[in-house]
Amino acid sequence: MTAKPRQSPALPPERISLSARIGNLFYSIYAGAMTVVGWLAEPVQRAIGANRMAYFFVLPNLLIFGIFVLFPMLLNIYYSFTGGNNLFPQDRPFVGMQNYQRLFNCANLLDPATCSEDRFWRGFYNTAFFVVFQVGGMVILAMLTAVVLNRSVRGRSFFRSVFFYPVLLSPVVVALIWKWILQRDGLLNAFLVSIGMERVLFFLNANWAVFWVISISIWAQMGFYMLILLAGLQSIPKDMYEAADMDGANRWQSFRGITLPLLMPTLLVVLVLSVIRAVQVFDQVWVLTGGGPGTATVYVVQYIYETAFANQTRQFGMASAASVVLGMVLLVLTLLQLRAGRESDIA
Amino acid sequence: MAEVGEFLTRTRGRGRLDWSDIFTYVYLTVGTLVMFLPVLWLVFSSFKTQAGLLRFPPDLLPYDQKSVMVEGYDQPLPLYNVTMPDGSVRQLAQVRRVGLEGQMVDPANPGEIIKVNINDREELREVRLAWENYTEPLQRFNFLIYLRNSVVVTVAATIITLLINSMAAFALAKYEFRGSTFIFLLIISTLMIPISVILVPVFLVITGIGWNNNLWGVIIPGAATPTGVFLLRQYMLTIPDELIASARIDGASEWRVYWQLIMPLSAPALAVLAIFSVMWRWNDFLWPLIVLSRSELFTLQVGLASFQGELNTPWNYVLAMTVMTLLPITLVFAVLQRFITTGIATTGMK
Repeated sequence: MTAKPRQSPALPPERISLSARIGNLFYSIYAGAMTVVGWLAEPVQRAIGANRMAYFFVLPNLLIFGIFVLFPMLLNIYYSFTGGNNLFPQDRPFVGMQNYQRLFNCANLLDPATCSEDRFWRGFYNTAFFVVFQVGGMVILAMLTAVVLNRSVRGRSFFRSVFFYPVLLSPVVVALIWKWILQRDGLLNAFLVSIGMERVLFFLNANWAVFWVISISIWAQMGFYMLILLAGLQSIPKDMYEAADMDGANRWQSFRGITLPLLMPTLLVVLVLSVIRAVQVFDQVWVLTGGGPGTATVYVVQYIYETAFANQTRQFGMASAASVVLGMVLLVLTLLQLRAGRESDIA
Repeated sequence: MAEVGEFLTRTRGRGRLDWSDIFTYVYLTVGTLVMFLPVLWLVFSSFKTQAGLLRFPPDLLPYDQKSVMVEGYDQPLPLYNVTMPDGSVRQLAQVRRVGLEGQMVDPANPGEIIKVNINDREELREVRLAWENYTEPLQRFNFLIYLRNSVVVTVAATIITLLINSMAAFALAKYEFRGSTFIFLLIISTLMIPISVILVPVFLVITGIGWNNNLWGVIIPGAATPTGVFLLRQYMLTIPDELIASARIDGASEWRVYWQLIMPLSAPALAVLAIFSVMWRWNDFLWPLIVLSRSELFTLQVGLASFQGELNTPWNYVLAMTVMTLLPITLVFAVLQRFITTGIATTGMK
């Protein structure tokens, strides 16, 4: 919606390029629509005064935010204390802590097999494992790629785009691309056979399935964090490295002494964003493995989705309780990271 | 020879190539292969026939069996290279196969049937792009309907997001009003609350409004993005207040200040948010999966996932439809790539 300067009337019409015409067309649509809204906004301004127009501007966003984010957040907590299979709150009996009791009903919290909601706890530990290795691996690779691309390499913007490209692909597309490569007669098995190894049925083996679920989501998301880190690297002044070089520091020393500390704020943003994203792992895996083999790749969001929307009996209360637990974990993780970030800033 | 070596290893700065330069190029080459090869393989595979996809080890290029029209037969017959008992090789067309025996004819002499053992024949193949993978599913799979739904959701959601987020950002950046800090903090604090944490109650609200199985139910809930408000507000803070003041002196209403001054000046940040929004909405899966249960309302992602989940779905169709799903966003990226990567890196995360 860039405002194109309107063509000056002196120009003969055949000199107006196609893109300018399209731009003008969009601008006229935009201006027309905005003028129409203005017929509503200007009387409002006359009624409430110029300064209070701020309320008029925040209202639509606030309304949608309130109805679809804030209200549901509060409602979610209430739902976690209700039972039954009805959706509407007036039809749902209040059951107190029952959902939470059931969720935490374990002989041994560390062993999902002893829990009455074992699928939740399997999902919980699978998610914890996923977060640690996916975020860990991804941040290391994104960092390495950013450092490599920060050198004066030929074709840097080409490589930057190549590493970023998978970020644009949808989780469903990513899952299908890899499902095709990893299937029984797929490209990877063809390669294994050609170098004299056995075929592997990757999605029938729990360890392989977990390995690929983690690797594929690193493949799909790394580019985004690489871009952010690259921007952080480029904002570090070059003369700091020159000074370190003159003082006889080797590359590793200047990386430890200059790059890492100055990149800390960016790294923290990357860490917070990627942890939040990893905790929500669902769609890609859902298409790729469906949670299997067994429960090897069941994650918390899949448990919530199945409990509320996919199972025969729709247990909205259990799903809400599980999402409250998930929300708490997210909150604690974010606060911990921000705290760690602040401490490392002081140090 | 030494000169050639010196030429090839010449670098811009510090003299000769050292280990880190070699590592850089090896890393970038391997990285490019790993990032790009899977997508390329998908595209190559999507042009293979169903029979071609079943071959192991797979071919690189899409091959299809050559066939000819033979006089006296309605259908084209598949061609084979047949090793005859006397050791010579002839090109024959197969009429039918009975057990281990193939009944063949010579296309030049269609009258005479030659019986051969199927182990003595070898398929004659040619490179052919199986465009039918792309055209046939258009009838079986409601691709065009899904495409339309995805376009409607993406375009409507992006316009609404840009509009309401920029309005809110303008108010939060350029006005002093009671509750502004509170509203800002409220919005920012939910940056960390993903929709997957509040699935059930949002679904209730949608059902209460009657937007279950309605595209509005997909479009509206995610429109008030905290990310967008935050990003735009931070950008608008850099617009000098004097500009707004002088526009007011010239008699512009607050609404005109917003749409004729603030919006054009915020174009770079708006563009970044537009890219984000298109990416989020085009690729969104979990929320549409919950809201939409009638298949004529499916977006491409939900449609594609359910299509591949059906039993006996031929992979050649799934692959072709996957390519069609990633094509629009790839084209946009190809045109705007430099803008997108620098935009996200600089405006996106500051």
